Amino acid sequence: MNLAELERKLLAVARAAPPGDRVPYAFEKRIMARLGARPVADVSGFWARALWRAAVSCLAVVLLLSAWSVLAPARNNPDFSQQFESTVLAAVDQEGAN
Amino acid sequence: MERTDAELIAAVLQGDTASFEPLVQRHSPRVFATIRRYARRESEVEDIAQEIWLKAFQKLKGFRGDAPFEHWLMRLALHTCYDFLRSHRRNRETSFSELSDPEDDWLERFVSAPSPAAEDAAAARQLVERLLEHLSPPARLIITLLEIEERSVKEIAKLTGWSVPLVKVRAFRARAEMRKVLAKVAKEKYL
Repeated sequence: MNLAELERKLLAVARAAPPGDRVPYAFEKRIMARLGARPVADVSGFWARALWRAAVSCLAVVLLLSAWSVLAPARNNPDFSQQFESTVLAAVDQEGAN
Repeated sequence: MERTDAELIAAVLQGDTASFEPLVQRHSPRVFATIRRYARRESEVEDIAQEIWLKAFQKLKGFRGDAPFEHWLMRLALHTCYDFLRSHRRNRETSFSELSDPEDDWLERFVSAPSPAAEDAAAARQLVERLLEHLSPPARLIITLLEIEERSVKEIAKLTGWSVPLVKVRAFRARAEMRKVLAKVAKEKYL
């Protein structure tokens, strides 16, 4: 069998018969329906909304803490450093007492 | 008056999604003809076409307008078809002993008289499709663009995004692969 001739002939057949360009009925309507159904990915919008929400939450926390620090009644308790020190050294104190 | 592609694209980019419909209507015949070169089943053809148009809508912002929209769309279509070929390589291992009767007859007629024009063009077309299905995805793409659509190497490089030397190397390999497949047909049928 002459393979080169077979190849030439088959390619000529393929060239002579271009595929059809028929479009299925209402194809464009289906595409538009798919586009309408799928949410458009708006990455920058998503980040802008998320950052604004985060900023509002942070501002609320800051305001609450500020109000609390200003308005909270002063206590007579020893300060945090003293409490921390006595907790850490509690075991040593106990040993000394024994 | 009918709006141009550029006007429709500008409208879509400004949020008027409905302006995308005339674009789909206008360019779908070319998209479908391109896909049918690479996929045989109509269900697959339609799925690929849908994928191409959805991608086109998503990537429309990337269309710069320095070349016609059709060229941009065809590049997108070709890339999608290539992805399809790479993910559907199911027919490559089938044997040529399963040729249909008309395909078999066409080959018999060719062997007995290679020079006269073959009468049954449909059988020959089926045979070509079967041969192309046995090629690797890059070989099939190159043979289709270079030998069947008769495009230049430069055009193929633009369409595929491959460099000109790469297209030439792949064309050389594709022709060798094609000859190998044809030799397999000859061996299975006549030895």
